[in-house]
Amino acid sequence: MRLLELFLAFAQIGLFSVGGGYAAIPLIQEQVVAHHAWLTMSEFTDLVTIAEMTPGPIAVNAATFVGVNVAGIPGALVATLGCITPSLILVSLLSWVYRRYRTLDALQGMLGCLRPAVVALIAAAGLSMLRHALLGSGAEPDVLAGFLFAGALLLLRLRHASPILVMLCCGAAGVLAGLVTGA
Amino acid sequence: MERQSRGRLLWSLFAQMLLISAFTFGGGFVIVSLMKKRFVDERHWLDEQEMLDMTALAQSCPGAIAVNAAILVGWRVAGLAGMAVCVVGAILPPLVLLCALSVVYAAFRANRWVALFLRGTQAGVAAVILDVALSLGSRVVREREPLRIIIMAAAFAVAILTEVNVVFILLGAALAGVLSVIRRRGRERGT
Repeated sequence: MRLLELFLAFAQIGLFSVGGGYAAIPLIQEQVVAHHAWLTMSEFTDLVTIAEMTPGPIAVNAATFVGVNVAGIPGALVATLGCITPSLILVSLLSWVYRRYRTLDALQGMLGCLRPAVVALIAAAGLSMLRHALLGSGAEPDVLAGFLFAGALLLLRLRHASPILVMLCCGAAGVLAGLVTGA
Repeated sequence: MERQSRGRLLWSLFAQMLLISAFTFGGGFVIVSLMKKRFVDERHWLDEQEMLDMTALAQSCPGAIAVNAAILVGWRVAGLAGMAVCVVGAILPPLVLLCALSVVYAAFRANRWVALFLRGTQAGVAAVILDVALSLGSRVVREREPLRIIIMAAAFAVAILTEVNVVFILLGAALAGVLSVIRRRGRERGT
């Protein structure tokens, strides 16, 4: 039963993530945190961090991570299979259409309107992660997290710093702050 | 002899895909350009135009771009078996690595230093995601297509203010896209 739920959840993520890795993030959050509560918001944020730092598509990384947590190695395999099944079907279908008609105009017209929605959803997912980082730990807002966020965003926007490096620095700053305050 | 060379082709397809997938950080687009380098420039399994078409298709289909590209290239080079080995090659490295990492994560999440580190990265990863959204969003605004900007604003408002499943927001945008294509077709026919 759990395996079926995993398969269906990740098939839905695979089916609706259009336009590359980040598009999957809001869908993963919807299924894994909001709908099935397989991960807490903290664990989900950690998962995105881990997925960012490792090779491979975010959806496949998430499927493996969540699958192992929920139902061990079989869970990981089933979730990953769920995640790629829509691709296997739709890619074959679309490549047939493309070979036949040599054009994807209608599809690309539709995608033109889908992409702005995907961008909005990525922004909303990012904001909920930010809210969690600032307010997640308790009643008082986390001042350190606020500074880290502002610094990280500046580095990314103005210096085009590598995301992996930025996240490592934030983690290191968190450890340093813990050492200083002895928390 | 024939069978042997086919076996070798499949093996080499699998090994190439595995290597590309294992050492590529930074998402689908990076993978696709590496696949072009290996499969088009070095091995001549496909020509450049085919690879461009496949890239466009891989980006237009739902799902991970790397997996979609692996499906297309594998099929083109060696049929169904080629597709199978390519897809397995593409997902095996993240599958194995993330299995190992989730065991490590479960064991070390409670450790004080690991917890402090992860707590610090939470603000950083939120910044990474919002940075991506800002870059993509400003690209949408620069296209100066009113419909797309309205869709972006509406989708954002619905996602922030309501608990609606994100799938319905995507379906709504797709519907708007289909309607705009139909309308444009109608107008082209009218003139």
